[in-house]
Amino acid sequence: MNLQDGVKARFIPDRLNSRLSGHLKSWETLLLAVAVVVFVINSLSSPYFLDAWNLSDASFNFTEKGLIALAMALVIISGEIDLSVAAIIALASTAMGYALQFGVGTAELVAIGLIVGVLCGTFNGVLVTVMGLPSIVATIGTMSLFRGLSFVVLGDKAFNGYPTSFAFFGQGYVYWVITFELVLFAGMAVLFGILLNKTNFGRAIYAIGNNPTAALFSGIRVARVKMILFMLTGLMSGLAAVCLTSRLGSTRPSIATGWELEIVTMVVLGGVSILGGSGTIVGVVIAALIVGMVTFGFGLLNVPGIVMSIFIGLLLISVIALPIVYRRVRKG
Amino acid sequence: MKRILMSRETMLALAIILLTGGIALRFPGFIAPNNLALVFNDTSILIILALGQMAVILTRCIDLSMASNLALCGMVVAMINASFPDVPITALIGLAIVLGSFLGAMNGVLVWKLDIPPIVVTLGTLTIYRGLVFVISGGAWVNAHEMSAAFKALPRSVFAGLPVLSWVAIATIGLAFFAIRRLPLGRSLYAVGGNPHAAVYTGIDVGKTRFVAFSIAGGLSGLAGYLWVSRYAVSYVDIAGGFELSIIAACVIGGVSIAGGIGSVGGAVLGALFLGIINNALPVINVSPFWQMAISGTAIIVAVALNVRSERTKGRIILKRAETLV
Amino acid sequence: MTARPVLTLSAITKSFPGVKALSEVSLSLYPGQVTALVGENGAGKSTLVKVLTGIYQPDGGEILIDGTPVTFATATAASGHGITAIHQETVLFDELSVAENIFIGHAPLTRRGLIDWKKLNSKAHDLLARVGADIDATAPLKELGIANKHLVAIARALSVDAQVVVMDEPTAALSHKEIQELYALVDRLKAEGKAILFISHKFDEIFRLADRFTVFRDGQMVGEGKIADTNSDALVQLMVGREVSQIFPDRTPVVGEPVLTVSGYDHPTEFADIGFTLNKGEILGFYGLVGAGRSEVMQALFGVTKPSKGAMRVDGQIAVIRTPAQAIQHGIVYVPEDRGKQGAVAGLPIFQNVTLPSLSRTSRKGFIKLAEEFALAREYTSRLDLRAASLDQDVANLSGGNQQKVVIAKWLATQPKVIILDEPTKGIDIGSKAAVHSFMAELAAQGLSIIMVSSEIPEIIGMSDRVIVMREGRLVDELAHKDLTAEALVRAAAGIGEVAS
Repeated sequence: MNLQDGVKARFIPDRLNSRLSGHLKSWETLLLAVAVVVFVINSLSSPYFLDAWNLSDASFNFTEKGLIALAMALVIISGEIDLSVAAIIALASTAMGYALQFGVGTAELVAIGLIVGVLCGTFNGVLVTVMGLPSIVATIGTMSLFRGLSFVVLGDKAFNGYPTSFAFFGQGYVYWVITFELVLFAGMAVLFGILLNKTNFGRAIYAIGNNPTAALFSGIRVARVKMILFMLTGLMSGLAAVCLTSRLGSTRPSIATGWELEIVTMVVLGGVSILGGSGTIVGVVIAALIVGMVTFGFGLLNVPGIVMSIFIGLLLISVIALPIVYRRVRKG
Repeated sequence: MKRILMSRETMLALAIILLTGGIALRFPGFIAPNNLALVFNDTSILIILALGQMAVILTRCIDLSMASNLALCGMVVAMINASFPDVPITALIGLAIVLGSFLGAMNGVLVWKLDIPPIVVTLGTLTIYRGLVFVISGGAWVNAHEMSAAFKALPRSVFAGLPVLSWVAIATIGLAFFAIRRLPLGRSLYAVGGNPHAAVYTGIDVGKTRFVAFSIAGGLSGLAGYLWVSRYAVSYVDIAGGFELSIIAACVIGGVSIAGGIGSVGGAVLGALFLGIINNALPVINVSPFWQMAISGTAIIVAVALNVRSERTKGRIILKRAETLV
Repeated sequence: MTARPVLTLSAITKSFPGVKALSEVSLSLYPGQVTALVGENGAGKSTLVKVLTGIYQPDGGEILIDGTPVTFATATAASGHGITAIHQETVLFDELSVAENIFIGHAPLTRRGLIDWKKLNSKAHDLLARVGADIDATAPLKELGIANKHLVAIARALSVDAQVVVMDEPTAALSHKEIQELYALVDRLKAEGKAILFISHKFDEIFRLADRFTVFRDGQMVGEGKIADTNSDALVQLMVGREVSQIFPDRTPVVGEPVLTVSGYDHPTEFADIGFTLNKGEILGFYGLVGAGRSEVMQALFGVTKPSKGAMRVDGQIAVIRTPAQAIQHGIVYVPEDRGKQGAVAGLPIFQNVTLPSLSRTSRKGFIKLAEEFALAREYTSRLDLRAASLDQDVANLSGGNQQKVVIAKWLATQPKVIILDEPTKGIDIGSKAAVHSFMAELAAQGLSIIMVSSEIPEIIGMSDRVIVMREGRLVDELAHKDLTAEALVRAAAGIGEVAS
């Protein structure tokens, strides 16, 4: 079945620009520049910034949220959203604390956290893919449900007394100032990067986000991919719950309140289109770093976290608005 | 007649009546008129906000910044009152509404002129407005003793058997009914959300209508800001934190479709009342109030599932058409 | 016949990326006369309606009303100048009442600027009576059937006090009785001195109603005159054009064994009793008016919609297809009509579009092999003579014709047995059309079986070995060889026994 003899085709190169020049113009480069600027400003404004131990502490500002942001990025690229992630942390953490009363060990605690996370994610996935609910309202509902269950179990009490060996996940160091959480985040970032860029599954995510109908027409099992993504997000939320519970050493139902919006901000700031279809893991990782450094830098200057959030909010809107304004101005 | 019987609003009203009836069977005190008035008063602010959110959702947008807007406007008027007790309360209310409208208009401009998705815009302004509350207050509280008596008294003062707070909610409901029904703008909200493409054919400016909806939601958030800080006689950075999602929940339970174009004033009010009744009933029936969140979460999921079922689009029905052609 | 035209279009041009929808077309409408606008799908009729009603702004040319040049920036501006239209698209709102749908955007107001519901409902009631519709004006629109919705759209058009009424296929969704009432309405509007532009595929009503005609083909005005001076054969000739037949490739079909056999396919609402056989190396045409159910049948074959009953055999074996993935496994692929929505994945580069259904072949254990992807994409895009800057270019930046080539390449890369092409050349330029046609011929010569859904008569006649005609969800005729003529197709599709000629 060779037709090439009959047709005089024009040669089309695989790529027009070298990959390097493509990278230079990308969103990630812009973000990286912002990160460098933040880093320099921070170092100049506080003598305590460039300190290995301080930086190590600062990494807790983004590692747990970043873990979830990696999975959230995939969900948003596929054109959905999951607002229940922080509530999953609460429920998973509550489940671990509850199990603690029966004297389970560290390994079981971790398993319980992860399993509860996956179950919650599965529930979201069923609502969205089987019942066809819009993910934004479905996960607002499960957000109330999951955290609500946590309140039902805990009320205004708290679970304490996690085993010493459990503390490693949120307080342990792998080497020198390198925390376990940081290594976990870096490892997961690499895994998610590979999943999104190098696998058929990742390609399916982009295709679904850009055009779900055409993706379905191309033989992609759209519902299954989305189901897996919600389960994956649940799993990562469970993982974050393990780290956070370990770090705090206690569980309250209000744990991780408001994180869902911070995580979505991180993802969008990282260049993932809220409408789906585009975005990279590298961008999300850099955005997580920026958020972490800004938080830490403002902290050193005794600027409260809430003022920092103004900055993050402005950053979120302006990074999306500026390219649009620039294009408008240039056009006319 | 059948139309009215089968409507979403009727079903929801029935559910609420069954719910309260069930509670009343064991705790007759719950349906005593003065208790019901209390429940309504307690839900007033949620009702006002849900009506604003409904205007936005009808146009296929969403406003996550309403609770932050409320906190900012509330803090501004509380601080003015604390520093200048002589400023008349009506002026403060006016200021809250104007400021709230302005904050809402900011959302609207970004959606209208820059085409940024509403969820991103209001996610950003949610943190910005909340942060500004801290900036202007320096993190300090405005406590009851710093507020003037008149400032605190207005929402509580009783007029014709109901607190003014309740009357404000009733007036807002009335205005909303009127605006949705009698103003061309009210009908445009439905057209823009129901079929934006077709709205262009009828000469309706989609972007501008959305802008107006955001401004209205903002204005109502501002009004709710004053009511909140005066009713609870305290203002601090975190007031109404997370309330934005309760507002959306009230709308969704009330049958307002997140896809736009579907919803009614009655539905939004009933949705808010449903949440309010659950809130107030739990302590009465000796269930831990900590169940409240899980129950409202379940209610949201059930409500959305029912909405999706009834909204499912029908096929193009070529054959049916062919039959009628004979 | 002495009056001056109330509305004149001169040299109107409108282009979209990749296609010139209107090329210097002219048209005049006279008071008290019905002008029929005829042409195939894609001839530019609907674009013209949108230019006339302010939805699109023309790139060039002039619109004159009573000899004065005007421009319509918005839909409101057009209706302000006395132009109203019954659009083909549903410009209606399910959640609003019938009366509101009629008046949205220009509801009667009280002196204080409030909606005057009493007046609105009574005016709506009168308008509905005028179009002969027995509909409760206060009912929600969503409770209406499709024919009644259409009557509401007609009432909406008449709610504007207009000199010019544009009707874009107004009878397409109506029953016999309602059609008769519409004709009476058109006669009344004529008597009132309105200028009417009437777009229709049905020749009987054109000859029943129209005073004048204008024919469009490929975005150009190719003929006009008085209806009394023409007949249906002459109109078809103008619509189809003569010279077009030469650009189709010469083929000597070698038709082999049956590849695909469909029997008794039913769908609760869209089609009934569909059965046919497709042979190896055959090009089977599916002709019918828009909305005859052709695409719905094809999507059922491809597993997008599910038939309620029926059986399918591929190469003699029973095949159960419930998802597109299963269809692709059985070697059946579908190139949809709606390229933007269902075909190309805008946002992804060309090579990723091509390999999307073939990822299992260009990967190892789920991991992508870029080199193999590029190789596969290059192989198939070069066969189709794709024009693009590079293979990693976003398909969204390609012209319509080149996007279509990418979609076809995507499907050929799966090495199918049967390829279903739904309106394969709709809205693409002549050059790309010819390339697609010659490629189809080559594929058939290699033994691939092709189903081509098309509404373009020359394409159907020029390419098909056999043509099945559908009407209202059913197969109504099968034509081949010398029976396959433009007139026979038009008659079978429209269900006309005899055309007044």
